[in-house]
Amino acid sequence: MREDFYVPSGCAVAGILNQDGKRISGEAIIRSIAVMHERSNGLGGGFAAYGIYPEFSDLYAFHLLYDKESKESEVEEILKKKFSIERVEAIPVRKSKEIGDHPLFKRYFLRFKGEKAQEEDEVVQMVMDINSRVEGAYVISSGKNMGIFKGIGYPEDIGRFFRLEEYEAYCWIAHGRFPTNSVGWWGGAHPFGLLSWSVVHNGEISSYGINRRYLQNFGYFCNLQTDTEVIAYLVDLLMRKHHLPLPYLKAALASPFWSDIEDMDEPEKSFYRAMRITYGGALLNGPFSIIVGFEGGMLGMVDRIKLRPMVAGWREETFYLASEECALREISPELDRLVPFQGGETIWGKLGEKVNYGQELAFSGV
Amino acid sequence: MAKSLLFPEFKVVRDENRCIACQVCVRQCANDVHIYDEEDDQVYSQEETCVGCQRCVTLCPTRALEVTKKEAGMRPNANWSINHLRNLYKQAETGGVLLTGMGCSEDYPIYWDHLLLNASQVTNPSIDPLREPIEIKTFLGRKEEFLDTDWEEEPPVLKTQLAPQLELSVPIMFSAMSYGSISYNAFRSLAEAAQEIGTFCNSGEGGLHPDFYLFGGNIIVQVASGRFGVHPGYLRAAAAVEIKIGQGAKPGIGGHLPGEKVSPDVSRTRKIPVGSDAISPAPHHDIYSIEDLERLILAIKEATNYKKPVSVKIAAVHNVAAIASGVVRAGADIVAIDGIRGGTGAAPQVIRDNVGIPIELALAQVDERLRREGIRHRASLVIAGGIRSSSDIIKAIALGADAVYIGTAALVALGCHLCQKCYTGKCNWGIATQDPYLTKRLNPNIGKRRLVALLHAWSAEIKEMLGGMGVNALESLRGNREHLRAVGLSREEREILGVKAAGEGW
Repeated sequence: MREDFYVPSGCAVAGILNQDGKRISGEAIIRSIAVMHERSNGLGGGFAAYGIYPEFSDLYAFHLLYDKESKESEVEEILKKKFSIERVEAIPVRKSKEIGDHPLFKRYFLRFKGEKAQEEDEVVQMVMDINSRVEGAYVISSGKNMGIFKGIGYPEDIGRFFRLEEYEAYCWIAHGRFPTNSVGWWGGAHPFGLLSWSVVHNGEISSYGINRRYLQNFGYFCNLQTDTEVIAYLVDLLMRKHHLPLPYLKAALASPFWSDIEDMDEPEKSFYRAMRITYGGALLNGPFSIIVGFEGGMLGMVDRIKLRPMVAGWREETFYLASEECALREISPELDRLVPFQGGETIWGKLGEKVNYGQELAFSGV
Repeated sequence: MAKSLLFPEFKVVRDENRCIACQVCVRQCANDVHIYDEEDDQVYSQEETCVGCQRCVTLCPTRALEVTKKEAGMRPNANWSINHLRNLYKQAETGGVLLTGMGCSEDYPIYWDHLLLNASQVTNPSIDPLREPIEIKTFLGRKEEFLDTDWEEEPPVLKTQLAPQLELSVPIMFSAMSYGSISYNAFRSLAEAAQEIGTFCNSGEGGLHPDFYLFGGNIIVQVASGRFGVHPGYLRAAAAVEIKIGQGAKPGIGGHLPGEKVSPDVSRTRKIPVGSDAISPAPHHDIYSIEDLERLILAIKEATNYKKPVSVKIAAVHNVAAIASGVVRAGADIVAIDGIRGGTGAAPQVIRDNVGIPIELALAQVDERLRREGIRHRASLVIAGGIRSSSDIIKAIALGADAVYIGTAALVALGCHLCQKCYTGKCNWGIATQDPYLTKRLNPNIGKRRLVALLHAWSAEIKEMLGGMGVNALESLRGNREHLRAVGLSREEREILGVKAAGEGW
């Protein structure tokens, strides 16, 4: 069923983060993404939820998608090489008339057996191995205390199919998809995940061809032919391997224009110049608005000339991101602040931190 | 001596009704094709020596002249072409190696013409360069894999120091063309244009005339096997140093500046006697292996205090990918690859037309090989060899080049008509000659203006094409072969190029 072609898509994205760490049910995010029904076409929807497995928070929660049930034992054999499987269960689903045939979903709670220092690299390697070598099985999430739920259908239907109202998370991210040709494969839906990163994306990455080749240099192999996959891997490379802190992610992925760098004062100027020279292959081009979920927060980012919409909003301790303002108003009619993104801007929120409003404009507006 | 069996290549047609016997053609032709007969008050032509440079045609004030290819009257023969016959007659008469100039003119496939570019529709908006910035700035030099940075500071403090970089405002440089092979005025036009545009020209293997030290910030100096004009001041004056191992027009052999072109000024610049042939050896006599190249790269870096990128120029030959990998591992910051269609001031015709491979294939293989080995960032790739237009350039970038060198195209902008007689020193356009009567025909101010105009035009076209693809920074196209599709190529050629067939989607 997996198709070997790339699928451009227009989409809806939404995210909710409770910065006090209070866990809320999936009901709100489903309502929020459902408002943007027109931005999807029923060919893909999905969610990432953080904080849903507190009782297993020190174990990797692998969500596996099986097109072929016969592959279960093969995957489990591979997993056992590096992990002890502490618990396996089918991910509960609810039959509905909106969602027809679907693959089998299972989740594994895994304890790593090897060297602590190599742990995350080993997990990445294992995900790459299963996804590229075992036909008919696909790891859709591989983080701790988080999980990705996705499939073919409108996002609100996918949310109910996975019974997300029964889960509680401090951060929810959602995606509704409008692919311009049908993938027919559940693994192609968003969010896209690796370790605890999850990415939802509205847009098309016109730099995909070089981003993919750039990542190969660092041992990341894109086997999904989707541009969202490269974003997830780039975030993992930059933040986990190269230690870029959140505020500087955009210096590589949505770098300032050379003319803006010229106008900077030292030492910023040299810093941004060096970043751009070094990370040219990581620059994301083309239209996008992205939400990146991670352990303890989420980040929104738009392309350098803002060819796709995104707004950020705050209400008390809750931070919201969405393609459209209506998605925020649906679940929080009153907002303390609402900020449309500017080109190349990142706005993020983290657990326990003071809210970060992004643009200075936001402060002056209050 | 017996009459030559060579027949004229060109036919000079003079419209007697238009000709006013003004003798412009007589004065313009360094090959003495046109002769004025005072008694008849008429101009006659002896076409045996005509090279088809079109100088007389262009300058004739009454448009009385036409120079066309002369059809030889022999019976057509697919095997024994006219060119073969001419060469046989020439060699039977002279007993020598046949020289020629400019790049290979044989009919080998030109892969640029089989590659098509992408554009955005609906799902991805195209970007309008008249309204949005489109960036084509390019940096050449070794790149870091990652930056060691103290992220605790605000702004973060870089602990990694970047390797020296050449900053290009356009991804286009002027190829190595030495003072000697080209005239002072031609060199000056290139240097001034490079400075105005914000790019680089290349000294070639000819040393640097004292007047050109001023432009050192925009000149890459070459160290070739003859070491003509190489001294510490020369290395220090330049923005970068290029070790020339090979040239696309003549892989495997050395350089040759015919004595006719070694004028007193050229002699001073090259440090060789006036009128002597400047023959550089085929290999560098201190480079017989990759380790030797590494020593020379290091020696040059030492001599320039590690402040300048060192480039290594090689010709595109069969095993070019592995060779380039070795060159990168030997410490080159830039690898310049020159394909079979690369130009020259003088080369044996048999070499020029038969040795080497097309640059497109070499580029695709080198880029892929370096990526597979995880060392692509350690050197920039500059390619050369028959780049004719902005579309060739953008396709080269999508295949994986960081920038291109243009030689012939720049000379054409200066007036070259590709007569391929550079080695005679009789260039009627004042480009590939040292004869003062001829060189003054090229005004360096006008030459510079024309080169600047060409690069402006190409930049604008590149931005249009980039914007159309929905890409607003050149680095997002570099090596991005998804934006290329092939027409009329075999599966094998497509695999070598790493490009899908037209009609295949993402």
